[in-house]
Order: sequence, then structure tokens, then C-alpha cells
Amino acid sequence: MGQRGKQGSSGSADLGFRIGTGVFALFLIGIVCAIGFLLTRDAWLSIQKFGLGFWGSQVWNPVSGEFGALPFIWGTLYSSVLALLIATPISIGIAVFIAEMSPAVLRQPLVFLTELLAAIPSIVYGLWGIFVLVPAVRSIETSLPDVARRLPLFSGPPLGLGMLAAALVLAIMVIPFTSSIAREVLKSVPAAQREGAYALGATRLEAIRAALFYARTGIIGGVMLGFGRALGETMAVTMVIGNNPRISASLFAPQHTMAAVIANEFTEAADQLYLSALVEIGLVLFTITLIVNSLSRLLIWSMTRSSRVSVAGSVETAEPLAAETAAG
Amino acid sequence: MSAGAGWRRLLSSLFVGFCACAVLLALLPLALILFFVVSQGIRALNVDFFTHMPLPVGESGGGMANAIVGTLMLVGLAGLMAVPIGVISGVYMAEYAGTRFASTVRFAADTLNGVPSIVIGVFAYAVAVLPFRQFSTLAGGFALGVMMIPIIARTTEELLLLVPGSLREGALALGATRARAVFSVVLPAALPGIVTGVMLALARIAGETAPLLFTSFNNRFFSTRLTQPIASLTVQVYTYAISPYQDWHRQAWAGALVLVMMVLFCSLAARLATRRIERMHARG
Repeated sequence: MGQRGKQGSSGSADLGFRIGTGVFALFLIGIVCAIGFLLTRDAWLSIQKFGLGFWGSQVWNPVSGEFGALPFIWGTLYSSVLALLIATPISIGIAVFIAEMSPAVLRQPLVFLTELLAAIPSIVYGLWGIFVLVPAVRSIETSLPDVARRLPLFSGPPLGLGMLAAALVLAIMVIPFTSSIAREVLKSVPAAQREGAYALGATRLEAIRAALFYARTGIIGGVMLGFGRALGETMAVTMVIGNNPRISASLFAPQHTMAAVIANEFTEAADQLYLSALVEIGLVLFTITLIVNSLSRLLIWSMTRSSRVSVAGSVETAEPLAAETAAG
Repeated sequence: MSAGAGWRRLLSSLFVGFCACAVLLALLPLALILFFVVSQGIRALNVDFFTHMPLPVGESGGGMANAIVGTLMLVGLAGLMAVPIGVISGVYMAEYAGTRFASTVRFAADTLNGVPSIVIGVFAYAVAVLPFRQFSTLAGGFALGVMMIPIIARTTEELLLLVPGSLREGALALGATRARAVFSVVLPAALPGIVTGVMLALARIAGETAPLLFTSFNNRFFSTRLTQPIASLTVQVYTYAISPYQDWHRQAWAGALVLVMMVLFCSLAARLATRRIERMHARG
């Protein structure tokens, strides 16, 4: 190379490299900003017209041009929270089993299988949901005694399609995310914590409880990561929730979510206001998931910064690699 | 005292039982999903599925040739867009790790990774459909590409950081510029891993439906034109699944089987490749 020995030109080549690669990196930041900007621009019509009332109104009537997003927010929160209630204990159980109890031979296969749950396309979950899960839920609903059916939690026609089916599918989809983070976080608990507990005569449960308590921040982060996934999940939910924009406390009532209404109605939205209202729902979904994910990453990072662990949410690619180097 | 200890020991074994049950509870749906997809899908999966076009309602048989070609094109376009941007952003994050800009890029990548796919669809609609007033293959490829970039960027970063520092230092000590050290020494060392990561990302992206609903839309006919709407396996499975027709349901299961096989194959291949890379690194 001609510039050999010339400090200045080698330095400028390095600067060129930095700028050259930096431009691509900047593009990544640009995309995130562009999402925020374009969604705000396209939602502006609806934001101006309805203001905050958009989020308080239950009326969703495209024909008369009235749009209120409350039923969708309700459905999204209800299904996601319900899914977390089901998925969190199971995820922690899996994480504890793999990290603390499983024989070494089983560990890798179990990690692989649980992470396979994250790799199955959501459309496949939806298909399975429609043809297998929904009929199963329907038969549960019809077999409930009449006394129970009168409770608001179980009222409504036994369609199978509805909140319970959606929450179950979401729970299955969220488990791999929460459990893999919980597992990593448990691994980062210093062995001295456990050894100390055992030395004091603790049983296995008590020692693990101490480790779980030590790891609580990261585990909450993992649960929130799952929450972020559940909030935005579209296809599997829309196929089993019934797509009915009506607020109900019942597990069996068909309801709707923010992601589902966009998927269902976006191509049908004939006029500007209708489209704009849907984009506004998308904008809020974007904002909520951004906050939830950032918070979850912050919690996980504060827990695992000593042992470098990827929390990008790319469960099956980077994470096992990073985890194994951290462990080895 | 001994009664208390017995109680504690009982609780402890109950807890072990609970954890084992949790594993079974998670593996049960996995087994059920795989069972149904395989047993239902295999019935409609034949050569016709790959070589024939969809038939109108009422005629049984037919296939998804157009959707398979569509998915391949969409995924190809996404890869063309995401691989260069993702890999080079990953290089930046790894090379300048610790700088504020690199942290910002990492934050952006993780944020983008967490954006719901339906929102990516709305974004791609605003960028690539609205200005041209036309659903198109390009718009669909763009949407998938946007989803792929952060996955590839983060994978590249992780893998570059695994390459032993001595390799880079050796290159620099021989008088190589930073660009040279990265592109002819560090990046090649991490290449097998990056290729694996890209394959996994492609498999994951091929299973996406939501971002395609209003970008590449759907097409009943065979098309390879970039500026026209195009069919894809996932959207086709969705359309068929929510239809009231038995024949279409069978086709949907077959489509799901193809999707699952693809994901399974890529995951397993990646798993094996990852293990080999680790062994290589372990040997030094």
C-alpha cells in the first residue's frame, strides 16, 4: 500500500472506514425515526379531529366516520395481561428447571425445544388456533355448569373464538422469550448465593428462592419483554379472538386488539379519516411497545451487564452463542 | 423440628415437580402444533402443491406455486436490502463498541427488533405503497428487509466480538488499515456464524404475514413483476385458513407444513453450525 508509514493517510483511511460504516449504522437509526415520523404524519388527521377523545370512545363506526379506540386498547391489554399471568409461572419454572435441576445431557435439547416455540411462524399458531385450540376451548365452555356461566367472567355464547383462546395462544408464544431471559439471568447469579444458602441448611426450594430473589430485576425485565411481544402480536390473535370491537370482561366473548384491527381493516379503509384512525392506533402501539421494550432491556441490562448477554430478543440466533461464551 | 424439616423437604420436592411440569406444559403445545401441522399438512402436500396454481373454490387439488415463488422473491429482496446494511452496521457496533454513537445504534436496533410486525407493515405502506398508489413486491420486500436489518446487525456484532482480539491486533501490527483488518481478517473469521445468522433471519422473515398484508398484498395469478402485488405462502395460508372451504383448509395446512419444515431445517442447521464454530474457537 502506498500510504505505508505515513501516519496521516492511514489515519484518514481509518476515518473513512469509520464514516463509511457509520453511514450504514445511521441508516438503522434513521429507520426508527422515520417510523415515528411517518406514523405521526399519517395519523395527524385523526389526531386533530378526535384528540384525546379517540382513546376514551367505544364507538367504532367507519360508516358514520366515528372512531374510538378504547375497545382495542382494552382487548390488547386484557389478552396480553392474561397471557402473562399464564406464561410467567411456566416460564420461570422452565428457566429454573433448565438452569438448576436438569441433567446436563437434557439442557441443550430443552433450550433448543423451548426456543423452537419462538421460531414457529405466528400464522401457524393462528392456523392451529382456529382448527385445534378454538374447538377445544368451545368444548370447555359448553361443559361449564350453568351457575358458572352466569358469572360475568364466563358469560356469552360458547363460540370458542374469544379472549381465552387468544390469551392461550399468546401465552404459548411468549414463553420462549420470558423463559430464555429468566434462564440467562439465573445463570448470572453468583454461585456463592446458592452455596451460602445450602451451607445454612436450605432446601433446594429455599436456595433457588434466594437465587430468584437475587435475580428479580432481570426476571421482571424478561416478563416485560414477553409483554412487549404479546402487545404487538397480530396474526395468531386476530385468527382466534373473534374480532369484535366490544368491551367485555368475559373470557368467552369475542373481542378485538389494536394489532388485529389494523390487520383486518387497513386495506378496506376507503377514506382518509378511517385510514388515519388506523395509523393512529399503530402509532400508539409503536409507542407503547417502545416504552415497554426499553424498560425491559434496562432491567435486564442492569442485571446482566457483568456477564455479557444479548437481550436483542433474537432468541435463537445471537443469544445461545453469547450465553455459552459467558458460561464457558 | 424434624416435622418442620419434613415439611420443608416436601415443599422443595413439590417445587421440583412444578418446574418439571412447567417444562412439560410448554413442550405439550409444541408437540401438538407439530403433530397437527404434520398430520394435516402431509395429506395435501404433494408435487402439485409446488408446481400448480391455486384452483377456484369447489375444485380440489391445485397448489401454491405462485405463492412459493412469491415468498422466495420477497425474502430475496429483503436479504438484498438487509444483509449489507445489517452486516456493516454490525461491524460499526463491534469496531466502535463503547462509543456513544454505537450505543445509540444498538438501542435503535433493539428498538426496531421489538416493533410489532404490523406496525412495520403500516410504515412500509407509507414509504413504498402510498407514494406509488400500488401494492408491490418491492414494498413487501422492503417491509421484510426492515424487520431483518436489526437481527443481522446484532448477530454480526455478537459474532465479531467473539473473534479473538489477537487476530485483529496481528493484522494491525502488520500495518493493515482498520478497514483491511476488519474486511480481510476479522470478518472472514466470523463469516460462518454470520452466514448462519443470515439463514436464520431469512427463515424467520419468510414466516411473517402481518407486514405483507398491505404491502405485497396477494395475487391470484403467477407473477414475478416487482411493481405488481405478489402472492406469498403466509398470506395465502391466512386467506385459506379464514375461508369457509374444506379444500382451502387442507391447502392451508400444507402451506403451514412447508413453513414449519423450512424453519425447523434452518434452526437445526444453525444449531449444528453454531456448535462447530464454538469448537473451532475452543481449539483457538
